[in-house]
Amino acid sequence: MLSLKQRRSLNTLLLGVLAWGVALAIFFPIFWMLLTSFKTEIDAFATPPQLFFSPTLENYTLVNERSDYLHFAWNSVVVSFGSTIIGMMLAVPAAYSMAFFETKRTKGTLLWMLSTKMLPPVGVLVPIYLIFKDTGLLDTKTGLVIIYTLINLPIMIWMAYTYFKEIPKEVLEAARMDGSSLFQELWRVLLPMSKGGLAATVLLSLILSWNEAFWSLNLTASEAAPLTALIASYSSPEGLFWAKLSAVSTLACAPILIFGWISQKQLVRGLSFGAVK
Amino acid sequence: MKSTALNAGPASAAAEPMQDSRQGGIRKTSRINRFMVSPSVIVLALWMVVPLSMTIYFSLIRYNLLYPGDNEFVGLENFQFFVTDFGFMAGMSNTLLLVGSVLLITVVLGVLISLLVNQAFWGRGIVRILLISPFFIMPTVNALIWKNLLLHPVSGVFAAIWKFFGATPIDWFSEFPLFSIIMIVSWQWLPFAILLLMTALQSLDQEQQEAARLDGAGPCALFFHLTLPHLARPIAVVVMIETIFLLSIFAEIFTTTGGGPGYETTNLAYLIYSQALLQFDVGLASAGGLIAVVLANIAAFFLVRLIGKSLTEKQ
Repeated sequence: MLSLKQRRSLNTLLLGVLAWGVALAIFFPIFWMLLTSFKTEIDAFATPPQLFFSPTLENYTLVNERSDYLHFAWNSVVVSFGSTIIGMMLAVPAAYSMAFFETKRTKGTLLWMLSTKMLPPVGVLVPIYLIFKDTGLLDTKTGLVIIYTLINLPIMIWMAYTYFKEIPKEVLEAARMDGSSLFQELWRVLLPMSKGGLAATVLLSLILSWNEAFWSLNLTASEAAPLTALIASYSSPEGLFWAKLSAVSTLACAPILIFGWISQKQLVRGLSFGAVK
Repeated sequence: MKSTALNAGPASAAAEPMQDSRQGGIRKTSRINRFMVSPSVIVLALWMVVPLSMTIYFSLIRYNLLYPGDNEFVGLENFQFFVTDFGFMAGMSNTLLLVGSVLLITVVLGVLISLLVNQAFWGRGIVRILLISPFFIMPTVNALIWKNLLLHPVSGVFAAIWKFFGATPIDWFSEFPLFSIIMIVSWQWLPFAILLLMTALQSLDQEQQEAARLDGAGPCALFFHLTLPHLARPIAVVVMIETIFLLSIFAEIFTTTGGGPGYETTNLAYLIYSQALLQFDVGLASAGGLIAVVLANIAAFFLVRLIGKSLTEKQ
């Protein structure tokens, strides 16, 4: 007979094992991708799938030669960082003014900004495509930066807004009474007090832009194509390519995965537009 | 200073001098304040109004990029063509099936898994990280890894499992194409539900739970009377936000099935894309785009109300 305490700890143990099992099952595709990236193409295609093999790094060295990985990676970096920087320059002042100088229209403005996010991209695909064609923005990094800034701006404003809301107004008022200018108030008081939240906002914007795959597939061809488009080009297979696909996918996902792990707790706020904290 | 005194009006007349200068400071900045929010408002307004009004205009004219110059006004003909096309019914039902199934799967599994992870056990931090990882994988990688490494009928992991149990491996993307898409999209969005619900569970009142347990409430009663009501709002948020994104699922279909076989995995987003950029019929695609906008707005209407409510609750 087990005592109540023993039964409880057995329960905890079983639940822990179950939780680990579920987590490993959900993570398995990523683990398998990582594993396959170190196989030779022969091992990658072997049936049954090989769990043990002699690892090789040749896929990673081949990836750049075959598909010009660095060109696409550079496009991804430029486009995500570009749109994030411009987005923050727009979002921080907007969130600041709405959080600390509330008017009757503030709530309506915030909800209206959220509603722009509801516009499905297909609804405006045709005009954007034609505008881009006429203005020469098609297949340029500038074009993608513009689009990504616009689609992520509402989320960034919302996220910054919910963080600013937590700072007592009095702190900023005190700084203003001491005669600091608007810029000083923002730079010396507001930013240091909310740097954790703003860092999470930056990370979320980087993650969303890096992984965006509707506009990048439709508006770029080769010149400005980011990693999402490079991976999509692997959908028509030429010979044995799975190990290379895995290698290029691992390279494309690793940085964002790490960003996501770092900022998981704060991301909830931005992803739910502040409704879940 | 003169203008601030004018702006402050009668309210400040009775105020203390100290208060008055404060009021003046706020009045002055309220103009800067308007200026600071306006760049965002302007770019978002342009982003909403310009392309959308172009879509409305295109949807009312005949406009095919292959036949330039022939752009007469045709009224609602494009809408009629789009709605009566065979692809439309398929696209609509696939869209609803996809959105509905993924929502069901992610919410049910999301609640169960977040409850499981909410217990104390060894390595909880790592389990959390493993669970939310798929959300950060880009959609094209997600699609190709599943298609080639896991669901492949010859050398995929699933085929090996099927063979291990003596069953014939399934060619997922040709035998159950929509189900396969639902599976890979659910894998990507389940972490989103887990992440939000896990966070919401942490604010669950532990004392209340303990009190109910001492009063003899079983785990089922606890779940349905305390936990589920607490999760109602986060679940609603998950459903609404996922709906917005799932209505425009594109990359997963683009990289795996290309909408096929036939129209079996064509959703509304993919149908409009193929109308516009593969068949160059701008008028027809615009009509379809507007229908997608209306659909999304029906979903958005509820979301905005929901989040608007939580915004007022906070204040």
